[in-house]
Amino acid sequence: MIRDHFRILLMDLTAGKGKVVKVEGRDQWAGGSGLAAHLFTLYGHPERPWDDPDQPLIFAIGPLTGYFPLMSKTVAAFKSPYHDQYAESHAGGRSALALRFADYDALVLVGRAKRPSVLLVGSRMVELKEAPFLWGMDALGVAKQLRQMAPGSGHRSIWRIGPAGEKRSAMACINVDTYRHFGRLGSGAVMGVKNLKAIAVRGDASLPFDGGGEACGGTVSRDYPKLFQEIHRQLTDTQMMSKYHNLGTAGNVAALNELKSLPWRNLQATTDAKVEGISGERFADETLLRNAACAGCPVGCVHIGFVREKFMSDNRYLYRQVSYDYELIFAVGSMLGVTRSFDVLRIVDVVEKQGLDAMSGGVALAWATEALAKGLITPEQALEPLAFGDAGAFCRAMEHLGRAANEFYRDLAQGALHAARKYGGEDFACVLGQEMAGYATGELYFVAQALGFRHSHLDSAAYSWDQTHTEKDVDKGVEFLLADEPGRAFLTSMAACLFARGVYKDPLLAQALESVGYAGLARNMARVGEDIRRLRWRTRFATGFAPSEVRIPKRFAEVSTWKGPVDPAYMEALRQAYAKRLEELGKPLEDKAPA
Amino acid sequence: MKILLASRMERCIGCNSCALACARLVHKRLSWSTAGIRIHSSGGISTGFLALTCLACAPPPCAAACPTGAYTPRKGGGVVVKKDLCIRCGACARACPVNAIYLDFDGSPYVCIHCGRCVAFCPHDCLEMAEVEDLRAGTKEVPS
Repeated sequence: MIRDHFRILLMDLTAGKGKVVKVEGRDQWAGGSGLAAHLFTLYGHPERPWDDPDQPLIFAIGPLTGYFPLMSKTVAAFKSPYHDQYAESHAGGRSALALRFADYDALVLVGRAKRPSVLLVGSRMVELKEAPFLWGMDALGVAKQLRQMAPGSGHRSIWRIGPAGEKRSAMACINVDTYRHFGRLGSGAVMGVKNLKAIAVRGDASLPFDGGGEACGGTVSRDYPKLFQEIHRQLTDTQMMSKYHNLGTAGNVAALNELKSLPWRNLQATTDAKVEGISGERFADETLLRNAACAGCPVGCVHIGFVREKFMSDNRYLYRQVSYDYELIFAVGSMLGVTRSFDVLRIVDVVEKQGLDAMSGGVALAWATEALAKGLITPEQALEPLAFGDAGAFCRAMEHLGRAANEFYRDLAQGALHAARKYGGEDFACVLGQEMAGYATGELYFVAQALGFRHSHLDSAAYSWDQTHTEKDVDKGVEFLLADEPGRAFLTSMAACLFARGVYKDPLLAQALESVGYAGLARNMARVGEDIRRLRWRTRFATGFAPSEVRIPKRFAEVSTWKGPVDPAYMEALRQAYAKRLEELGKPLEDKAPA
Repeated sequence: MKILLASRMERCIGCNSCALACARLVHKRLSWSTAGIRIHSSGGISTGFLALTCLACAPPPCAAACPTGAYTPRKGGGVVVKKDLCIRCGACARACPVNAIYLDFDGSPYVCIHCGRCVAFCPHDCLEMAEVEDLRAGTKEVPS
């Protein structure tokens, strides 16, 4: 529904009661990232720890969600168990459209349920149900139960945690609709703290185009269907489809290996001939069953492979479908020295069940493998004979990590660097704000992830800059990072899938906003993007971010990329310059007025 | 006379572009449910998708059940709908053997009118408009 304000469901899990709240600020904070940060300023407690039950867990969609293709993401915002600071994590699946058709711009969960529970939300339903029988269940099993407990098959999105979230792992994700995730920075642990095993959002409303009454700020124009058709055409043209649909992001595996930018065996190398066993081509040829899509996205980038398991001697098999992407193949493939496609999928399957973030889990185990080889941790602590390439050991270790099987895995679940501070080996913990994403492209990317708002490769196009720039110009590099940010902040406030950023250029985005009645936002995109960027940074700084204290572990200075060895002095200069600029962006406002 | 066939649903990726297009273009709403075609997972996303849509019965049981003449048989199968005659009794939806008619919260029915406007939005070519004569004559396979 088009509104000049935000319609929020504020759910108090302690009381088991919800409240529909009208929040002003549509033209200022847009939705998605902007709305989430605004809601954190309203309901968050920057000075209290992440696991304080009063801290909010926020899920926000944007003004274009459902109205245009690839406007298919939900932004989760929370105080992260990973760094105890404000964080964002994004997911697709059906999450965004389900929220749209439940007719909320955001869900804000506060408090803590008395017993393990599930939350059912729809346009005509708010119900907190006790479900202690689900506690301890893996993230695939709990979804099967939820399908029986929550109405709305087909138009429902199920968000749930596995054992990792229950154990408050800083790398626990929220699994969304089987193949998507609020992956990074530990949102699953926040649900765990709230005693919330799952949320089912039923999208059962049908929204009119005529403004729908006095509460609405705008109406959908007559040009809207035509504009939709044009955007749909652009997004489904052959080039776009080929990039994300054909091999999908897995196509990057061989490409980055060729560029000496694919992290191997805890970043001890950036290229290896064994890549052919885990290339996008190999996955497509051997393992690909089919594609799937987020609701509202005709591109369908989700690639689904399978694992087959012999459970009895006389050829009795079971199989499960497992999705793969570039990041997963890097994190539990090359980073762990695993070079067979089916082995990668076996590990991913365990990751999914445990409700772990695959990137963090893979990179953390890569550190543990090297730490074991160097004698910093004992075989008794590791529980498994971790060795690069041994997929069976990594499957079991991933389960130990999810279930926090002993003190070592409890420590590791708080992050590789956290564990390294206790056991040693900080130099080779591949952590850039959080466990690295799979882009060993060079100095600018390492600095961008280490200091970036989400510590994500999607915070900026730094990895692309590294691949096309040989000069070592600190000012230009930092300017690039800063200039790239407001546009992305605006897009994630819509809330778009960033795969669509090549199509949703500013003029088209403005047209889209205008066509559904958000003329104010359409006119002020640059200002709103900048305001949102600053609000996000202010919120982050208010919760304790200190960029000047962030250090980039030595391992990153030891690698070689296509440009040759990384230049530690250049990287350090970039780090200092970017940190300084971020401190300016995150300065608290002098008066109390927003923005 | 052509009818809509969801002939190749094994290819479906669950994007809902068809349902959204029907709601947007035919029913003038933003919805994935008040539409003549609805996409459901067949028991969790890992098991694939199915389309709930009118199979163009001839004669159509929904039209027979309609007490006010809002639903009348369409040439070639399916129904012609006159919304202003509908009293929102839901008899059509109850009569449909394949759950193809959706009732919104007010009881208004939504059914496929075989206009084919959804077809172009399917990225995997799951949908097609087919000559009903070919289907009835057995020269074209009727999809399950």
